[in-house]
Amino acid sequence: MNLAAVNRVLLHPAAKPLLWLLCLVPLAGWIWGGFHGSLGANPAETILRGTGSWTLRFLCIVLVVTPLRQWTGLNALARWRRLLGLYVFFYSVLHFLAYAWLDMGFDPAAVVKDLARRPFALVGFLAFVLLVPLAATSFNRAIKAMGAARWQRLHRLVYAIALLGLLHFFWMRASKHRYDEVLVYAVVIGGLLGVRLWRRLQAAPSPRAAPVARNAQPSRVTGS
Amino acid sequence: LPGNRSAVPGAMVMDKPTAYADASTYNNFYEFGTDKADPARNAGKLQTRPWTVAIEGEVKKPGVLDLEALLKLAPMEERIYRLRCVEGWSMVIPWVGFSLAELVRKVEPTGNAKYVEFVTLADPKQMPMVGSRVLDWPYVEGLRMDEAMHPLAMLAFGMYGEVLPNQNGAPVRLVVPWKYGFKSAKSIVKIRFTDRQPGTAWNKAAQQEYGFFSNVNPEVDHPRWSQATERRIGEDGLFAKKRPTLMFNGYGPQVASLYAGMDLRKFF
Repeated sequence: MNLAAVNRVLLHPAAKPLLWLLCLVPLAGWIWGGFHGSLGANPAETILRGTGSWTLRFLCIVLVVTPLRQWTGLNALARWRRLLGLYVFFYSVLHFLAYAWLDMGFDPAAVVKDLARRPFALVGFLAFVLLVPLAATSFNRAIKAMGAARWQRLHRLVYAIALLGLLHFFWMRASKHRYDEVLVYAVVIGGLLGVRLWRRLQAAPSPRAAPVARNAQPSRVTGS
Repeated sequence: LPGNRSAVPGAMVMDKPTAYADASTYNNFYEFGTDKADPARNAGKLQTRPWTVAIEGEVKKPGVLDLEALLKLAPMEERIYRLRCVEGWSMVIPWVGFSLAELVRKVEPTGNAKYVEFVTLADPKQMPMVGSRVLDWPYVEGLRMDEAMHPLAMLAFGMYGEVLPNQNGAPVRLVVPWKYGFKSAKSIVKIRFTDRQPGTAWNKAAQQEYGFFSNVNPEVDHPRWSQATERRIGEDGLFAKKRPTLMFNGYGPQVASLYAGMDLRKFF
């Protein structure tokens, strides 16, 4: 298949709804497991860890979109970025809910006290809080109201969020000296942020070769 | 492996025992893998016979005890203990064995013996994770002499009326119910009496996080886990509020006197 054909498949009207459904598979798995008692001896832990892992995975997936689009020229991928970004938020909400409800018994005072006592949890919470403005400005009218440049600057927060999420995960695993999985996420996130930094450095010395011009896109998808 | 009802005060808690299926498949036994399900999957290969336990250090009767001799050392008792993991979950397990004190008395510690060190099996041929850098193998645990002599500290050979499954620490393990689960060393091959506090596995790995004593204490948090509450495996529903953790895991009436005058925030 050539590039145009792949682009056509990606642009098929059914592609986005399919992706939307595919992203719900992890959630469906926990619900199914909950009803069938197959979430293991400690279902709360399974859900808490699962929602956390999927938040981190969706973060990696959404950060892949722009470099992959630039590298392959599959511009249709840009259409998926917002959906994937919102799924980062969706799973982070589930992760926070699992923590607040299953671990803290939905007691706000207990949550506040716990966050104050455990920097590990606080870092995760901070990443979650930073996701809120991104999710809140994800619709077209917000982008228009803010202006593309400001919107893009705000949405660069995702890099900080990714690093905080990684720190949160590293900190959890550090207590048991299990670094193998952390290393995989660190390499992926580090690589994806590194690619952006590299492109920026490449573009910087010569103001004439502004990359924006070459990759001209509708304003809401130019942010990388 | 049958055992008579223990007469040791505090040895028969009234809590409902955890399902055997949960107690034998949700384990921390890092030599066999770091996932909770790994030990049950990987411990099948562990050879538990023949098995010997070396007695070393400050004792009048050092030597090597065969498992058969160890099993006959004292009458088997059944004891239903709460088990509180440092990760914030708990179980209730009917163990079969006898007080560690029975063995300690038999080997006659000298006046220099202040601590007891438990060294566990570290055989890379049988244990896939030995050789990894997760911990400094072999896994070592330790107790102060008076803790080791407390009647609630037990050597267990079985659980639920049966011989211990390998993943639960066969053929012989320690059970210290008022301390976090990791203090209860599994698959013990050496017991050493020393005049110095032993360097224990988790303490060596992260001094600020895991103290030598590691008594269950809802007042002293682990940086990753709040120790104020716990979830009882198999019993507390998904949406149930976690239950409060008890000081010394509820064994305060029996063991608190061991720590009289000690600052338990400092000696955590």
